[in-house]
Formats: sequence, structure tokens, C-alpha cells
Amino acid sequence: MLADAALVAGKDLRLEARSRVLLNQVAPFSILVLVLFAFALDVEGDTLEVATPGLYWVTVLLSALLAVQRSSAVEAADSNHDALRLAGLDPAGIFLGKAAAVAVQLLVLEVLLLGGVALLYGTEVTGVALLVATAVLATTGVAAAGTLYGVLAAGLRVRETLLPLLLLPVVAPVLIAATSAFELALGGRSGEGWAWCGLLGVFALVYTAFGVLAFGALLEES
Amino acid sequence: MEPLVHLRGAVVLLGRFPALAGVDLDVEPGEIVLLRGANGAGKTTLLRACAGLVRVTDGDAVVLGHDLRADRRAVRRRIGMLGHATALYDELTVVDNVRFWARAAGATVAHADAALERVALPDRLRDVPVALLSTGQRRRVSLASVLARRPELWLLDEPHAGLDQDARDLVDELVRAAAAAGATVLLASHELDRAEAIATREVTIAGGIVRGDRRLAAVTAPPPAEVPDAG
Repeated sequence: MLADAALVAGKDLRLEARSRVLLNQVAPFSILVLVLFAFALDVEGDTLEVATPGLYWVTVLLSALLAVQRSSAVEAADSNHDALRLAGLDPAGIFLGKAAAVAVQLLVLEVLLLGGVALLYGTEVTGVALLVATAVLATTGVAAAGTLYGVLAAGLRVRETLLPLLLLPVVAPVLIAATSAFELALGGRSGEGWAWCGLLGVFALVYTAFGVLAFGALLEES
Repeated sequence: MEPLVHLRGAVVLLGRFPALAGVDLDVEPGEIVLLRGANGAGKTTLLRACAGLVRVTDGDAVVLGHDLRADRRAVRRRIGMLGHATALYDELTVVDNVRFWARAAGATVAHADAALERVALPDRLRDVPVALLSTGQRRRVSLASVLARRPELWLLDEPHAGLDQDARDLVDELVRAAAAAGATVLLASHELDRAEAIATREVTIAGGIVRGDRRLAAVTAPPPAEVPDAG
């Protein structure tokens, strides 16, 4: 299973390295969203500072939708989906590989966005350990749920519009927990934030376990 | 000898439409079976059913000793399928694509490289993204991906489509070589003259059932040195 996961993750990351969709399309989109938030909220007042963690994670989730859609689209094209089934790979390995590739891309994006937040919103980055742990666990949960719903929507003609509708409610708890943990980390109260981090760990574990169990059946029926 | 493919009253529903309406077919190891029939007759669905890509909802379906109604996944790694689509990742290079599909099916990088040599794609194209290739070149890469898996059962759906004369000859040569090495081939084609020249048997399908079945003249095998490993 892990060997299959490594093979699929390597393929997806190589695809990203060659196509540069994350770098040339998703990252500029994410930065643009941050800039628009800054325009929409008062830069001079407290509003932006208070809202920064929430805005950051909303931006991450919007970007995650693009990353997940891209991850599903490469398999939908040219019957690659059938070829993947025919290859005889462990479905759990395919799930873990695709989720890992999405997670790696999102983590790179999150580092970039954190720089953007510091630069555009003047946010002082504190509580680095909590920020990193939160980012890793929240990203794992989002990538796992996204990969699962990506394959669920893959066989449908309306997958592009259906995926956000399915995914956003499922990752709403991740958004709440990650925002709360970031608020505490950036507010200099990291100690209080680890409980949220633990909750994110539970979400990540549940979504990943569910994906490992359900992905095979969804891949067959999609 | 046990048939490699054993279908008895096999039914496949696409939605509520019976794409296969009770197919009876036994295929022995080493046979090259040409499936002929009009568009929509059920040829592609039959190939997809043998690959376990669609569910057989009624009847018996045993491929490579595995009951497809009980477990569709078990046989897949032993099957090579060339369909209408090429199943390649556009942004990946030729060599990356063939190596990925080879490794995914449990074959090695060496098998992938040997398969690429076998389809006679120019060396200068090996590191080119497949998005930049012509249709015929993509089909050759796809054929290499199938070859690299060293399948026991080849399922070929219109394998000559979109190919130039040399590539069509290459397909015929590879099919003959695979059969000579012990592999079994099911081939759906509208190019009957060409397909009949390599097939050992012709099965006619219409309306999702087998309407005719006849033996064809034996084919001449190519030199053993060029035979791909069927195991």
C-alpha cells in the first residue's frame, strides 16, 4: 500500500512540477484573494488584524478546491481513471498517494500565504510550533477529504460545480479549529491552542481512515 | 485445458440498457480472437467486462481463473488493455508515462524501457511531454505501456485506429508475438481485412450477444527473439 502511495504521489508531484499549475495559477489566485480581503476590510483599523487567521484559512480552503479539482481532473482525462483501476494498484495506496501530493502542494502554498499575510496585513508571526502543527494537521484533513470527494464527483458531468458543494461543509470543522489555533498562536497564547490542534489531529485521522476504507469502492463506482 | 475467458449468459447493464444481453464465449490460451460487429454491438463493453472495468450483473464470468462477479480487481494486473483513449498524462514525458504504468502494474523500469524500444518511437521523443505528440505517436506510447506490463490477456479496442501503415504493421507484429509467447488476445476492430489476417478466430457480436463464431487460418509467428514476455 505504501509503495503504491509513493508511486502515485511521485507521479502527481511530477505532474505538478511539469505543469506548474500551483505556481502559475493557484498561488497567484490565493495572493489575489488575500489582496481583495485587504481591500474589503479596513487596513488601518483592527478588523483585518482580528480577521487574519480566518481570512488565511478561507483562502487556503478556496485554493484547496483548485488543487483537489486539478488532482481529480488529471485522472478523468484520457481514461487515466480506467487505467489506474486496471493497473491493479491498492486503492488505499492510490488514495494516500493522491492525498499526500495535494497536501504537499497545499503546505507549500500555506508557507507562501503566511508570507503574504505578514507582508500585506502586517501580521507578526509568533507561536511557530503551533502554527506548523496546525498547518500540517489541517492540511492533512483537507487533502484527505478533498481526495475522497474528488473521486466521488469524478464520474459526474457536473463535478466542477458539485465538488465545492460537497467538500466545503465537510471541511468546515477544520476551518473553525485551524482558525482558532492560528488566532491563539498569532496572539501569543500558543499554550491554549494545542487543544484545537488535537481536534485537528482527530479530524485528520478520521478523514484519512475513512478515505483508506472508502476510496476503493468509490473508485470502482465513479 | 481451462478456458482463459469463460463467459456464460454474461449480462452487463449500462444504466438500464443491456450492453451485453447474455454473452456465451470461451477463449483458450494463445488464441487471437477478433470481435466484429456494428457500432454499439457490445464489443467494447465485452472487452471492458473482461478487464473488470464494468460489472457483470448476471451469468458467469471467469477470466484468468478469477470469478469477475466475486472480485473484479484480482485479474487486472495480468491484463493489458488498449482502448480508444491512450491513458497517458499529458504533462509527463513519454518515458515517465511508460515507466509509471509499468511500475503501477508491478513491472520494472527495465521492462518499460524495453517496451519503448519495441514500439520504435524515435529516441528524441523519449523526454518530450506526450501532449506534444501526434495521435499516432501517442498510440505507440500507449502500446508501449501495455507491452511493459507483460500481460497474459491483451484486450485491444480498435488498435489500428489513428495509426500510419508502419505503426499498423507494428501492432500486428506485436499481437502475433504476444500470442506466440503464450498470451491471449481479444481484438475488436472494424478493419476486418487486417484483423482477420492476424486472428485465429472470429466472433461476431450483435445486440449484445454472440451471433457467430468461426475459426480462421493459423497465423505465422515472428522470430522468438522479438517475442514479449507474457508472464
